[in-house]
Amino acid sequence: MQISLDKFKIKQKGMIVAVKGEGIVRKRLFDMGVTPGASVVLVKKAPLGDPLEITIRNYELSLRKSEAQNIILETEDEL
Amino acid sequence: MIRVALAGNPNSGKTTLFNSLTGSTARVGNWPGVTVDKKEGVYKKGKEEVNIIDLPGIYSLSPYTPEEVIARNFIIDEKPDCIINIVDATNLERNLYLTSQLLEMDVPVVVALNMIDVLSKNEDKIDIDGLRKEIGVPVVAISALKEENLNTLMNEVVTTSKEKRLGTSILKGCKIYSIIDNVKKQLDENGLFSSLFHAVKLVENDEIEKNMHPKEYEYVLKEKEKVNDPLFSNDLEAIVADYRYKYIQKHFSSKLTKSSRLIKVKDKKGNLVEKEKVSISDKIDKVLTNRVFGILIFVVILFFVFHLTFGEDLFYLSAMGAFNGVPEDFALASGTTFEGILFSSGGIQSPGVFLQTVLIGFTDWITGLIGDGLTLACASNWATAFICDGILAGIFSVLSFLPQILLLFLFFSFLEDSGYMARVAFILDRIFRRFGVSGRAFMPMIMGFGCSIPAMTNTRTLANEKERIATIRVIPFFSCSAKLPILTACAGAIVSMFGVSNADLITLGMYFTGIIVAIIALLVMRNTTLRGETPPFIMELPAYHWPQFKSLMMHLWDKAKHFVKKAFTIILISNLVIWFLQSFTPSWQYIEYVEGEGFLTNLTTDDSILAQIGKIIQPLFTPLGFGSQLGNFGWVFAVGAITGLIAKENVIATFAMLGAVVSISIDPSTLPGTLEAIEGASDVAMMVLATNINIPGILAFIVFNMTTIPCFAAVATAKAELKKGTLKYTIIFWLVTSFIISSAFYLIGTWWWTLFIYLAVIAIFIVAVYFYNKKHPIKKGEYSGA
Repeated sequence: MQISLDKFKIKQKGMIVAVKGEGIVRKRLFDMGVTPGASVVLVKKAPLGDPLEITIRNYELSLRKSEAQNIILETEDEL
Repeated sequence: MIRVALAGNPNSGKTTLFNSLTGSTARVGNWPGVTVDKKEGVYKKGKEEVNIIDLPGIYSLSPYTPEEVIARNFIIDEKPDCIINIVDATNLERNLYLTSQLLEMDVPVVVALNMIDVLSKNEDKIDIDGLRKEIGVPVVAISALKEENLNTLMNEVVTTSKEKRLGTSILKGCKIYSIIDNVKKQLDENGLFSSLFHAVKLVENDEIEKNMHPKEYEYVLKEKEKVNDPLFSNDLEAIVADYRYKYIQKHFSSKLTKSSRLIKVKDKKGNLVEKEKVSISDKIDKVLTNRVFGILIFVVILFFVFHLTFGEDLFYLSAMGAFNGVPEDFALASGTTFEGILFSSGGIQSPGVFLQTVLIGFTDWITGLIGDGLTLACASNWATAFICDGILAGIFSVLSFLPQILLLFLFFSFLEDSGYMARVAFILDRIFRRFGVSGRAFMPMIMGFGCSIPAMTNTRTLANEKERIATIRVIPFFSCSAKLPILTACAGAIVSMFGVSNADLITLGMYFTGIIVAIIALLVMRNTTLRGETPPFIMELPAYHWPQFKSLMMHLWDKAKHFVKKAFTIILISNLVIWFLQSFTPSWQYIEYVEGEGFLTNLTTDDSILAQIGKIIQPLFTPLGFGSQLGNFGWVFAVGAITGLIAKENVIATFAMLGAVVSISIDPSTLPGTLEAIEGASDVAMMVLATNINIPGILAFIVFNMTTIPCFAAVATAKAELKKGTLKYTIIFWLVTSFIISSAFYLIGTWWWTLFIYLAVIAIFIVAVYFYNKKHPIKKGEYSGA
């Protein structure tokens, strides 16, 4: 099943299939290793629900829901 | 001497390696044009001396933050003999992404594979020879922290730096490499240095390269149309980034074999199940960024940082009555040297106040010694006053802030180095986004409570130019430690002269006023002059680790040096100027004043050049409540505000010096005795009696000093940090803000009905901005103001 990262539940795992959006933010996501094929775990959400913390390529990355919206993942677990 | 650049990701141990290699030879300067720290040092333990330049920590060579541009320009323009690329072995893939870009430059590279000790502790194995073969440049496994293998690394660096190297790219097998190769050939015709790097960046749609090589970029655009990737169609940036990571995964990081992180634990039913080991860092993080307590924990930590630095009643033990039962201890100590240093009538002093008291005691002793010496040497009153009041008093009053500023730095560096600050940004981003800045902007703002100068320098971690400008402008509103005496002295005077509420409440209220003004100013700027989308928040959350004592101390030492330099240059000169202006009449007659004896001739400070200047500018402050309406002595407030532009410490110091003028017309014994406890409060109270200023007027005076142009040194920092030409608007912004806010305090405080006028104007402003912005929407993707 394919869903965007902002819809993930905590501890859910997935593999990136596409990074949408454009411009410098997308480039930054690429630079930080958010590229198709990378596997992602949603570690937690900030106390106010946003931003998110994910584990990717063996490190912790934080990003906002608005940025996570553009990251599409393939996940095995059903919601 | 061999020149070597040290490059690597943030949190890869780069600073540790730099400190280990260079030790005491390290010195900090600024990069040309910007105040991002430029650290340089010499490695002396090898066969040859090596000059090492520490580049800012970066993730890639794309121009995303100013730091990335600096690192990139350094390598291109300065052509170092070799690059040491430090790579965190525990985070290979992302670290090697930068390596793959560095390899494209025509500079020899040595990869320093750091944290090899952590790797072996985790029982992970890495095939270094295999990695070396794949990458094609020397790879040396080191531990920067334990200083393992550093000599091997540096020997390798010396050997490698003697050779020439042309850039190589891991993109060779990529289907769009033919475009890169063709662009490279075109660039080679002009004999461009690192042509391969430029070619790759052009294909990556890089902003800087596009402007530098428009002809070649046209070619790229033409070729781009022909590309049709099944996954990315003709998105070259995506194809390149994807290929890099895939290549790194397949050829580089595959050389690392991880041991199993699974441990056997019993589940609820008592069966043995395999579970992933939870690291200590993860356990700490679970508590500190807890959904319920995260924000609360942060507030408590912040409270302790400030309490330990500025508190005069440690842990409120005295206020809570902890000493009521045991008076003997204090009684024994009272009258000894310890009174006033370790404790005062208010309670035990915090480490910050303790250090400050010791330093002041020491500097007073020196001043006294020199003063006595001068008197013995029969120096004239004029010369003694010049040296003691003009030079020494000025320098020492500024130096007295050094202990507290350093302590505050120590706490903040500790929180930063430990990895907690990144979490604070993570926790608070949601709140700060509402004001048009990211959670990262929080760090420089909170540092502003200590000192604006490092706070402004800290904004370089912000990627978005508009966010940076807005943050730099509001930093002074977070009342710095030098403004604290203004707050406490004025609050103390209000309490004793008007008999209202308590001083702490007024002081705290003023701090909050500053914060609210900052928030309003951010909202206004981000909706008017600095419009743009909220900057993104894509940030690494580094693993927690215990900060290194050595690096903390080096950090502190740099700050201390910087601060002392400031005290001996800009502040010393400004103090001398003020001393001259207030000690001489326009016809250059010396106004002789001796403490305890008063004015020796019939000339008083009221006749000084400073008073004349003050009287000219006095009417400017009439709408703020401390201008012409204050009569004869009102110019003291005007002069106080002006001297504050040089250093905020001067404001109350000016009152203290000029208060002497007033003392001849008012009997000091009529002042309430409670004032003595607060430094400067009696001077302000004297001015209150002399001028009949009202409470809103005093509050307006505080607010003016808090929100107006900060001290010289901070303005100089802002100038260096801001883009060329933005400083004048920033100064106008500070002036306008301070006049609007303090006039509001005075007018509404004096005539309450003026509130409705202010509300009406605000409403009209909001409506106007709303409709204007609706008509002119911001362009999408306008993230970078650069």
